[in-house]
Amino acid sequence: MAEKLRETPLLDELEKGPWPSFVTEIKKSAVKNSMANDQLGILERSYKDRIGHWKHGGLVGVMGYGGGVIGRYSDLPEEYPECAEFHTIRVNQPAGWFYTSDVLRKLCNVWEKHGSGLTNMHGSTGDIIFLGAKTEALEPVFADLIDMGFDLGGSGSDVRTPSCCCGQARCEWACYDTMGFTYNLTQHFQDELHRPAFPYKFKFKMAGCANDCVASVARSDMSIIGTWREDIKVDQGEIAEYAKTVNIADDVADRCPTGCISWDGKTFDIDNANCVKCMHCINVMPKALAPGDEKGATILLGAKAPIIGGALLASVLVPFVEMGEENYEDIYELAEEIWDVWGEHGMNRERVGEFIQRVGMGNFLEQVGLDPEPEMIMHPRTNPYIFFELDEEED
Amino acid sequence: MAEKAKRKTDIGPPNHEQFLPPVIKKNYGKWKHHEIPQPGVLVHTAHSGDKLYSVRAASARLMSIETIRLFADIADEFCGGHLRFTSRNNVEFLLDNEANVKPIIEKLSSEGYPVGGTGASITNIVHTQGWVHCHSAATDASGVVKSIMDDLFPYFDGTTKLPAKLRIAFACCLNMCGAVHCSDIAILGVHRRAPHIKHEQVNAQCEIPSTVSACPTGAIRPTTVDGVDSVEVIEERCMFCANCYTVCPAMTLNDPVNDGLSIWVGGKVSNARHEPMFSKLAIPFIPNNPPRWPETVEAVRNIVEIYAANARNYERVGEWIERIGWPQFFKLTGIEFTKYHIDDFKHAGETFKRSMHFRQSQ
Repeated sequence: MAEKLRETPLLDELEKGPWPSFVTEIKKSAVKNSMANDQLGILERSYKDRIGHWKHGGLVGVMGYGGGVIGRYSDLPEEYPECAEFHTIRVNQPAGWFYTSDVLRKLCNVWEKHGSGLTNMHGSTGDIIFLGAKTEALEPVFADLIDMGFDLGGSGSDVRTPSCCCGQARCEWACYDTMGFTYNLTQHFQDELHRPAFPYKFKFKMAGCANDCVASVARSDMSIIGTWREDIKVDQGEIAEYAKTVNIADDVADRCPTGCISWDGKTFDIDNANCVKCMHCINVMPKALAPGDEKGATILLGAKAPIIGGALLASVLVPFVEMGEENYEDIYELAEEIWDVWGEHGMNRERVGEFIQRVGMGNFLEQVGLDPEPEMIMHPRTNPYIFFELDEEED
Repeated sequence: MAEKAKRKTDIGPPNHEQFLPPVIKKNYGKWKHHEIPQPGVLVHTAHSGDKLYSVRAASARLMSIETIRLFADIADEFCGGHLRFTSRNNVEFLLDNEANVKPIIEKLSSEGYPVGGTGASITNIVHTQGWVHCHSAATDASGVVKSIMDDLFPYFDGTTKLPAKLRIAFACCLNMCGAVHCSDIAILGVHRRAPHIKHEQVNAQCEIPSTVSACPTGAIRPTTVDGVDSVEVIEERCMFCANCYTVCPAMTLNDPVNDGLSIWVGGKVSNARHEPMFSKLAIPFIPNNPPRWPETVEAVRNIVEIYAANARNYERVGEWIERIGWPQFFKLTGIEFTKYHIDDFKHAGETFKRSMHFRQSQ
């Protein structure tokens, strides 16, 4: 049905310029879809009023799941009735965000039939976002998604939809199969993903190397980053080629954080025992250098955004794990150990990173059954207030 | 009696393998190296000698199904229907035929989706929902992002070079549904007034004890208003985090006059050279000025230009500032340094200068 577009003099200003316009995108759907048209109208109203017109949550979802749908209602239901209910549906993306034209069209058909026709490709956690569903549409969307082999993602205090970089599908630096592991992990923890039972959210992100293209060290409770143990592979012939265009002394050797590269204009030499696998030299000269053998990953824990006690980067929990399929089960068991401890003692809305700060890393390690390792810290404590255990033997 | 068909749930995402192009299936885990022959194009070469051409195009992230169908048609025409999206919301078309690279770039550009964002560039801004769809947004996200990317477009399409990649992120409130706390430049929506409490709703919609305990500074306490249980906020203690609003819808913080944006600099997530770093406060507040937020756009451009003119090759914003020192950063950019720049939350003392190692800015 053809829609007469809402008047949007302010938003129209955002159709100018070279960058793709989200206003144009909304209008593309709004000419056919009354929900998108009212969404266009209420957004124009926000630009005029300088305030959002969406209300807080509301419990909506599909039967048997506690997550995957974010309830959203407008505070102007009479003026914009078609987007009075405008819920978000999170659809679990294929690992690495790979699609065929065929499957994308099928997803579009589902969303054309039941919703606003607006999406995010993708949401911040990684899901396909269907933006704007009425409550009555949730079950039909879910049924159609399941029929075509898709499922919902996480929301609330559950395992959030795991996501990963494109890994070995395209990248020569990926030290493990991020996509294969992510798929396997997501399937393994379906119950934890769909039924919130934790103190707060728990995110997994998988990065194939320390460049961390999915920002796992900043954005995931459990961050699994690829690394290696053997020497960096060097092709001296290709180094000679790079030397014609790259200032290897200034831009490679001098930028090495541990100063472990020597370059005399002819031979490129790495003191591998002192290499911290930061990726810089490999990034600059990808044809000449490559990660070494004995590949695996480091597991880091506890990253989060500011709410509540301040932002945290993840910290090293397991310095090195092998990442073959036969090792996946060990990682799942570690995650479950962590959830047991955090689930038992964590406070409401306390992320695992904050929980560790409250109870102490030493106590946490004991509870999850890991030994303290020097790789876990920047330096040992500087304060002398040590909680010696009371049953420590007397000398 | 016929048994009711069991409801199908918990099937998880589809296996990605069915969506991979043949050249990837064949060379999975066997890539040798890659090059960037022109902005927006990556060429990966496998040990087998096969090549994969990835053409990266801009997107608005908020996308109509009409555009997704357009991308599907373009993928069918030029690359066997194979495409993917990136962690920064770009779309990538996956070609095994070099001859199609130029035509697909022309097609994408003519449809309004220019290519770029590879190597030492500014690529798409990771961002949140803003006024488009969020209840706690202090500003719009898509509008500011569109305005900034229009302005910085030459850094996306490769016309203007940078010393290193520069990652911008945007979050419309302190919940930060984007990695803005670790970005070269982060734009963050901020509230500046304590919650306007809807007392008539507190008792009906909220648990008072969890609302009280939600406050990180202990600024909320139970009270009675007109004989009904509610809460009150000690406004001097409020730092406008909106955590109470997350647990209690009656604690609204949105404010058309006092909400706005802050700008943060020098974060990174990559381990290359320097360890990952948080972004640090550069500008505490810029008013909302829709539809194109000119003051915010100008502030971001200023930081980008000063960085581009002063940083060394491969030096990210945070590494550059660490080398020259914060007094020099404020001097070079002309940004005013205020009391708001000095941390006064939990671990504030860790950010004070406790040595003589600094350059005088005056």
